[in-house]
Amino acid sequence: MNYNWNWAVFFQTSPDGVHTYLATLILGTGWTLATALAAWCMALALGSIVGVIRTTPHPWLVRLGNAYVELFRDIPLLVQMFLWYFVLPELLPADLGDWLKQLPNASFYTAVVALGFYTSARVAEQVRAGIQSLAGGQRMAALALGLTLPQAYGYVLLPLAYRIILPPLTSEFLNVIKNSAVALTIGLMELTARARAMQELTFQVFEAFTAATVIYIVINIAVTFAMRWVEHRVAVPGLIGTAPQAVSH
Amino acid sequence: MFADFDFDVILRSLPYLFYDGMTFTLTLTVLATIGGIFFGTLLALMRLSGIAPLALLAAGYVNLMRSVPLVLMIFWFYFLVPYIGQWITGGSRPIQVGAFISSLVTFTLFEAAYFGEIMRAGIQSISRGQVSAAQALGMTYPQTMGYIVLPQAFRNMVPVLLTQTIILFQDTSLVYVLSITDFLGAASKVAQRDGRLVEMYLFAAAVYFVISFAASQGVRWLQSRTAIVR
Repeated sequence: MNYNWNWAVFFQTSPDGVHTYLATLILGTGWTLATALAAWCMALALGSIVGVIRTTPHPWLVRLGNAYVELFRDIPLLVQMFLWYFVLPELLPADLGDWLKQLPNASFYTAVVALGFYTSARVAEQVRAGIQSLAGGQRMAALALGLTLPQAYGYVLLPLAYRIILPPLTSEFLNVIKNSAVALTIGLMELTARARAMQELTFQVFEAFTAATVIYIVINIAVTFAMRWVEHRVAVPGLIGTAPQAVSH
Repeated sequence: MFADFDFDVILRSLPYLFYDGMTFTLTLTVLATIGGIFFGTLLALMRLSGIAPLALLAAGYVNLMRSVPLVLMIFWFYFLVPYIGQWITGGSRPIQVGAFISSLVTFTLFEAAYFGEIMRAGIQSISRGQVSAAQALGMTYPQTMGYIVLPQAFRNMVPVLLTQTIILFQDTSLVYVLSITDFLGAASKVAQRDGRLVEMYLFAAAVYFVISFAASQGVRWLQSRTAIVR
């Protein structure tokens, strides 16, 4: 392979005159994590609401929830980003649209909103599956004890359902981190975009992409371990998935 | 708001959008699905082979592909494929490959990791008695896999494989980052040429939605059919 490796390129100063290329990649990692975390909070909140209304006994609420999930699941994330970024400001009243377009960090907010809605549909699907996997007796017993429907969800159904769906939620969180790379198409300078910029400026293609790949893998491993710890902490004693030592105390 | 919505720009660009763009998208989807299932099955067989180096290699590959964004992988392969081509053919310089080959290789190898995990689950869902019975009949390992295990695993996994194909269909829109004229790329080019972003992106979204929605309903129907058979 006639390719000139040059790992020292990371310590050269990038064209902004201040940061080394390594520093720009770390800045990019910061944007990736900020985008992913903000979108994840939004997705958890929205997804939980939509997931819950899909399990309520009201057919119209269920239909509304189903429509929401289908809408955000059947359009590619990239297209959704374009809709939020390019199309939404044009459809709003002129003043509001102009304000949106001139917002500092507009691509960050857009990426968070687009990723948040996109992921919320997937979270909603998990929350619904989690609630429906509970024995029907849980709901009936809660209602028979005189809890209202919101109370039954808040005190009985959701605490159990969230614990059950923790592993799939972990992979959804990993997906948010990876999907945030799509935001480079609307100009967000996150990790993949920084690696791409570094490649264009230095022509050191493989060093730049290797660094980004390693950072993504490290984030992945860190999140996986952290979530495994959380899973262990919140495990419900007595379920098959629970480690025996958690039962003993 | 919608007062100056221009339907004409959509009508005018329909041949370009579908003949150039959608053909690329669908060809890429179909070929990458076939290649992905093929290599994915190989990966699954490696992981389940019980031969430690093979299993480790396959597991490492799958985990690598699954921890990295597809966009980054598209960039990786775009620059890597010419070198791989040079290595395979033994040429003296990196081989120039077209956008189509480059994205086909990317999606095949990337999706192989996902298809591989589906196939692994499918193979593991087959009861051990099937393998024992095949071996008792004197079948070799390739025969056991080829005639007994894989046909059943495929059948169990068809709905999941198809769902993954729908995801792949949506993911192909990411070749936009290489300025390739897939369906979204075509829509985007018209949008920027004519200054009609609203019309073109809304239309593109609608087309993706209709196709994905119809396909996922089809999968659901198929799932209910196969559920009765078993």
